[in-house]
Amino acid sequence: MASSQQADAPAPLIRIEGLTKRFGSFTAVDDVSFDVKRGEVLGFLGPNGAGKSTTMRMLAGFMIPTAGTARIDGHDVQADGVAARKVLGFLPEGAPTYPEMAVEAFLRFCAKIRGFSGSELTDRVDHALNLTTLRGVRLQPVETLSKGFKRRVGLAQALLHDPPVLVLDEPTDGLDPNQKHEVRGLIERMAPDKAIVISTHILEEVDAVCTRAIIIARGKVVADATPRELQGRHESGKLEEVFRGLTRDAA
Amino acid sequence: MRNTLIIAGRELRGYFATPVATVFIVIFLVLQGALTFNLGQFFDRGQADLNPFFTFIPWVFLLLIPAITMRLWAEERRLGTIELLLTLPITQGQAVVGKFLAAWAFCAIALALTFPFIIAVNILGSPDNGVIATGYLGSLLIAGAFLSVGAAMSAVTRNQVIAFVLAVAVCFVFAVASNAIVNDFLSKNTPALAAFTRRLAIVDRFTDFTRGIISLRDVIYFASFIGFFLFLNTVLVDQRKAD
Repeated sequence: MASSQQADAPAPLIRIEGLTKRFGSFTAVDDVSFDVKRGEVLGFLGPNGAGKSTTMRMLAGFMIPTAGTARIDGHDVQADGVAARKVLGFLPEGAPTYPEMAVEAFLRFCAKIRGFSGSELTDRVDHALNLTTLRGVRLQPVETLSKGFKRRVGLAQALLHDPPVLVLDEPTDGLDPNQKHEVRGLIERMAPDKAIVISTHILEEVDAVCTRAIIIARGKVVADATPRELQGRHESGKLEEVFRGLTRDAA
Repeated sequence: MRNTLIIAGRELRGYFATPVATVFIVIFLVLQGALTFNLGQFFDRGQADLNPFFTFIPWVFLLLIPAITMRLWAEERRLGTIELLLTLPITQGQAVVGKFLAAWAFCAIALALTFPFIIAVNILGSPDNGVIATGYLGSLLIAGAFLSVGAAMSAVTRNQVIAFVLAVAVCFVFAVASNAIVNDFLSKNTPALAAFTRRLAIVDRFTDFTRGIISLRDVIYFASFIGFFLFLNTVLVDQRKAD
């Protein structure tokens, strides 16, 4: 098991080195490097268009980087993509799902692709439905669900195989305050044995669940510290002020 | 292989979960029936075979198959589900072949539903059912060839209309490559090219099947044709998935 090896050799579960993405002359992500270790919850912050989703897409192996590498649990996401994606739970931006499929059917499809079968498959799907409190709508087609439910279907899909690495692009977007609270609780409970990256616009969320925050502006990392350290960088002690100070000039 | 079949299964169920399946099958059967009975003079010919039926198959497919394939990748990109699909632990080849197999199986179902024609000719006379069987095999292969073209064209764009038009255009080129008008023109001007396009022509290969001939060359032709476009499809998906 990868997890037992990880304990003796604390190599980071996520390692990004010099990741760069250019679209024509526009540089969306510019030489981004960071590691995420087991037990860390990394909040990935930045203004719209700063390159958060692009970085996450490259980390998930979906987008081909112009330069640099991303590794998940030691597997290069481009060269050894299938192995990397096996240990990854990924919630893409906007939580896309097949609209005509029922929630449970969709999760069963993902679980089958992840190699589960028989009673284990059913257990996994049930567990994911419970974690994301989707049991009540499991037979409903995804297209009939509200935004918050759709987001949770995407989340359930990412958690299905209990992966050591979670990359969640705006997991709480569109959720009501209660649901946000539940998802944050879920992330906190999972945090000790996973490496988690979440992108968000909600700064209080960083304070609530993240052990570390990276602020990215114009494709470059402008801050990489714990939320507390970041708060200390402005006299008001507010993360919002620090965020504005760091990203306003760049925008 | 397992992953390919799981994807194919999901896709195939997708056809029947939306009105796509009903609309396609109904239009296909109506069109094929109308053409066979009216233009093809199924009854007036006084012959117990399905030649009029098979004559129109490539042209009906030329119109309808791009309608199935136009959504294959364009829709995934529009909905963003391509990001979900391709970040599951599968290879792009598995996704491409899975989608293709589902579309092919769907065409096979539509073709199978033309069984009343077979019953009709068998009641009216004593046709050579072997020829009918090879004709159906040829129909399935021509469907596969057009599907592989259409799927690749769908990976080019996120706009379904463009995907449809491109697929019809490319299929049309392969369908008419052996047509007398094209061939006479090419023979007069560039004889070398004429020989080449005749080899590429899809309808000629199909005609052999409707005469009851299964030749290895034709089977290899269809296999390499489909293989080439599936490969192209994989390359296109890889290059353009995140655009």
